[in-house]
Amino acid sequence: MLNSMIIGQYVPGDSFIHKLDPRTKIIVIFFYVIVVFFANNALSYGLLTLFVLLAVAITRIPLRFIIKGLTPIWFLIFFTFLLHLFLTKEGPIVVDWWVFTFHKGGIIQGLIISLRFLLLILMTSLLTLTTTPIEITDAIEALLHPLNKVKFPVHELALMMSISLRFIPTLMQETDKISKAQASRGVDFRTGKFKERLKAIIPLLVPLFVSAFKRAEELAMAMEARGYQGGEGRTKLRELTYVTRDIVMFVIFIIMVIGLFFLRN
Amino acid sequence: MKPLIEFKHVSFRYDENGPWVLKDVSFTIDERESVAIIGHNGSGKSTIAKLMNGLLFPQEGEIWINDQRLTESSIWDIRRNVGMVFQNPDNQFVGATVQDDVAFGMENRGVARTVMQERIKSSLKAVNMEKYLLTEPHRLSGGQKQRVAIAGVIAISPKVLILDEATVMLDPRGRKEIMETISRLITEEQLSLVTITHDLQEVTQTDRVIVLNQGEVWMIDQPQAILRNGNKLRDIGLDVPFITTLSNQLAQRGISLQKEPFTTEEMLEELWTLHSKT
Repeated sequence: MLNSMIIGQYVPGDSFIHKLDPRTKIIVIFFYVIVVFFANNALSYGLLTLFVLLAVAITRIPLRFIIKGLTPIWFLIFFTFLLHLFLTKEGPIVVDWWVFTFHKGGIIQGLIISLRFLLLILMTSLLTLTTTPIEITDAIEALLHPLNKVKFPVHELALMMSISLRFIPTLMQETDKISKAQASRGVDFRTGKFKERLKAIIPLLVPLFVSAFKRAEELAMAMEARGYQGGEGRTKLRELTYVTRDIVMFVIFIIMVIGLFFLRN
Repeated sequence: MKPLIEFKHVSFRYDENGPWVLKDVSFTIDERESVAIIGHNGSGKSTIAKLMNGLLFPQEGEIWINDQRLTESSIWDIRRNVGMVFQNPDNQFVGATVQDDVAFGMENRGVARTVMQERIKSSLKAVNMEKYLLTEPHRLSGGQKQRVAIAGVIAISPKVLILDEATVMLDPRGRKEIMETISRLITEEQLSLVTITHDLQEVTQTDRVIVLNQGEVWMIDQPQAILRNGNKLRDIGLDVPFITTLSNQLAQRGISLQKEPFTTEEMLEELWTLHSKT
């Protein structure tokens, strides 16, 4: 249970994409998300799809992980498709039977939007599939660094993120322990009406919160004892450096973007 | 020996109208000395630990560490010399992996990255955890986490290591691991050691013992001398080890042993030599 939940969906590996600097990944994905909205014909969509599929292939992540990650999204994709199918009244009528009046424009529009959705989700989930949360935190800290100038607490934000990540498994184990302890005292988490089950969560949450606050206090004290005094004058063990690999990635991406603008009409 | 930690008539209370937690406490701890501070729950022993590195400040009296008076402005210098390991292994593990946690103290002090990497390796080696460099904390046992905490402390090469009931939450095996690691480290790294505990068994390996009762220093002496006060120790809420109780009772019956035994083996040794002599 722990593994599947905490690290989100990170799948360890040592592919080209795994080894990319997390900043490179975030930047490329960020611009990819923007660029997707510029595609407007089959060729340009084809190029974007090819890009994602190639990236997925390079990661060598088993398809089932990727499909599993998409499960909550399928419904959304299908739903947007249906919306367009029924509501877009453009072009000649293709199907006209009972309440089903589908226009050609609606079908195309529905397909395009669904594809766009799928591309976006695939690309962004590639980030979490190939990057550990801590790397993502480091990258966010590095990318937001310029905001320090406007007094945005970048270091504090990153520290908060990494401490939260570090304590998720600890709190999960604790929840498990408390729920067993309460179950042994007769609290029923599994049966009964929804309202009753919701009520049963209270004896779980109260001790969990109490201990979380206690932990926070002790952790603050331990950090202070270890000389923590904010981000100033602090060095970092984790250092991000762009290497040739990252430059190659950027070049490939830029070529793709240029190609895209050639192909669109 | 040069004094490293000096408490001069220190009194402390948590809030202004509250009761005094420490009353006129004075003692010195020398360089490279290992001292145990024992006392019942609420005797003020953990408060002493927190006073030693400026997590708390006394209302009265002075604290001197390494010839520097502890004040608001000197705490960061002082914390460089005072390493602390707390009771709960989970609540002092800051990093996402072992190496990040060991690095945390060094990062705070602005140690260069290359130096950091070297020291992470050497200090993890010193606590026998070098194989766990990239392990996440939830995959470690309590004893292993405490060893990582110790590695994080020695990485900044302090002058004194304070263990604030660092073995209380561990199982016997984890406790043994920690005690062995510590006794090896204080000789290797030439550290002073302050162990805060309520377990009299742990004091037997130290040079001197400070016994606290109700916030006051009750007695400062060598462990043998302290343990001779069997019943009095029990009266102030401490658990006297079985072997000590046994030898005290033997003494009451007029059977005096040559050397004060601390462990079962030592007791056996004493008993059979005594038996073969009489």
